Amino acid sequence: MWGSGKRFGRKPIEGDVRIPSGCAVSGIMNKKGKLFTGETIIQSISIMRDRSNGLGGGFAAYGIYPDYQDFYALHVFFESEENQREVELYLKENFLVEKGEKIPTRKVSTILDAPIIYRYFIKPRAEICEDVCMSPDEFMVRQVMFINSSFQGAYVASSGKNMGAFKGVGYPEEIGEFYDLESYKGYLWTAHGRFPTNTPGWWGGAHPFTLLDWSVVHNGEISSYGTNRRYLEEFGYECSLQTDTEAATYLFDLLLRRHRMPLEAACQVLAPPFWEEIERMPEKEKETARALRMVYGKGLLNGPFSIILGSTNGMVAINDRIKLRPLVAAEQGDMLYVASEEAAIIEVCACPSRVWTPRAGQPVIGRLEEVESWVSVC
Amino acid sequence: MKVLDAHKLSYKELNDMIKEEAPREKEIHIKNVRGQRYIGGTLNQGCTLYLDGVPGNDLASFMNGAHIVVSGNAQDGVGNTMNGGEIVIHGHGGDIMGYAMRGGEIYVKTEVGYRVGIHMKEFGDQVPKLIIGGSAGNFLGEYMAGGVIIVLGISYSPEDSIGSFCGTGMHGGRIYIRGEVPDYKFGKEVKEVPLEEEDYRLLEAKIKKYCRHFDYSMEEIDLKDFHKYVPKGSRPYGNLYAY
Repeated sequence: MWGSGKRFGRKPIEGDVRIPSGCAVSGIMNKKGKLFTGETIIQSISIMRDRSNGLGGGFAAYGIYPDYQDFYALHVFFESEENQREVELYLKENFLVEKGEKIPTRKVSTILDAPIIYRYFIKPRAEICEDVCMSPDEFMVRQVMFINSSFQGAYVASSGKNMGAFKGVGYPEEIGEFYDLESYKGYLWTAHGRFPTNTPGWWGGAHPFTLLDWSVVHNGEISSYGTNRRYLEEFGYECSLQTDTEAATYLFDLLLRRHRMPLEAACQVLAPPFWEEIERMPEKEKETARALRMVYGKGLLNGPFSIILGSTNGMVAINDRIKLRPLVAAEQGDMLYVASEEAAIIEVCACPSRVWTPRAGQPVIGRLEEVESWVSVC
Repeated sequence: MKVLDAHKLSYKELNDMIKEEAPREKEIHIKNVRGQRYIGGTLNQGCTLYLDGVPGNDLASFMNGAHIVVSGNAQDGVGNTMNGGEIVIHGHGGDIMGYAMRGGEIYVKTEVGYRVGIHMKEFGDQVPKLIIGGSAGNFLGEYMAGGVIIVLGISYSPEDSIGSFCGTGMHGGRIYIRGEVPDYKFGKEVKEVPLEEEDYRLLEAKIKKYCRHFDYSMEEIDLKDFHKYVPKGSRPYGNLYAY
């Protein structure tokens, strides 16, 4: 069991039984920041239905809360009203809560046992941040870790600004219908269809995994989870959601936000070249590649993966270093598409100007135009 | 010619329709293919499928003599354990194409992904063949036990026409690559050997066919540029687990 000990008294969930695997990912963005509804991403991910098994589906959407863009949008799952009351009390003590509301959902016959799902638009109280000498982002990260690991029956689904994660147990297209994603407009969407392998299919364990405005959807399994997790713990991250993908999300936060690493270098930490490839590199590149492997060796994600990282400033899709999972990319005008299968792209973009399959460890980077850096430091 | 519309059909619905029509139709044209898996799986000789759209994974798995023409790109696992027949892809193919393939031929106009031709095998007259017009990713011909892979590398330098670890674990079959590829691209189990008369005959026949399928000029390709790679031995890991 990989959890941090906080398994709560609730109905039994899938997880005692092992089921073999698949998983689907899809990501769509408009590089100019033009908004489009969730209908497109639902259409794309539903083409890959056979890759998932109904035990997890989810979406990350960017640009959906323009009226509250200065607030952190906290999406939270609660097991009970009592759990909710406790967390709300805590939020009021530490944050300015601009608004708190139930996330609207529709009845879908296949979506059962949904938790209580709320969103809060919040700002950390300035005097508290000053007291603990933390930036609002860092304070937010600590609070998310604290809620996930210490409050009974409460799990943060997302915590970024002007973005949100919508996830649960079900096929992704059903989860999209459940959350009524056609009524949201964003400039960047990612989606995941889950086929749980080593960890349970439960609401908190559905993808995407998020922290601040980072979101990760992932197909594969990270066999270096133990090493990565212990490494992250050295920096105060606590992995409590029982899934390897969580570690990938926190690694991106560590490398990109806290260590201010260039995006390409962070990708190289996760999927580094082999030593013999490094030996063939020109001198300067060789030096950088060696340094990254030596300093950030514990950040290497071993095992099969294709991952899409979403953020306010764009998205990145990347494979493991020997390409044990599928990934296809396509472009058309200002749109960038990435998915596990080409059919999922062609379904929503019939004639892309370019379709390609990135090589192992070679990131596909979609940067929002007019954005200079990946990390807006706060 | 029979026309089917795959729009919104599950892979099972579509494949049931194909299996019903195939024994009495010489040609079946399928429109709007969207990732449905196993198209042409186990299909016998006598029928040609024309596919528009993107066929799903394991296209032509266990296919037994039928022909398939894909108007665009294909996904992963084309020709998985295919037994006979021909596939012509007018675009690129994905990973593990020709996985454990036992017979028949696959022609791809441009690139293919990783681990293509993994564990292909042959016996007697059953010699599977992959003809790749563009480039191939890493682990081409991994654990290859038989059959033929030909890489033309059209619009690629020889070095970029294949990835690394080519032929790792190879213990049968042969790989032909156009142009001089540096040694580091190959696995430890592979060696280069000179081409003989029968190699040139095989290359000429298959490349002619490639040119016919994709309207490419045979004059662009000089058979003298090809290099041939075969396994060093038939049991590369014979001592791996012996102490």
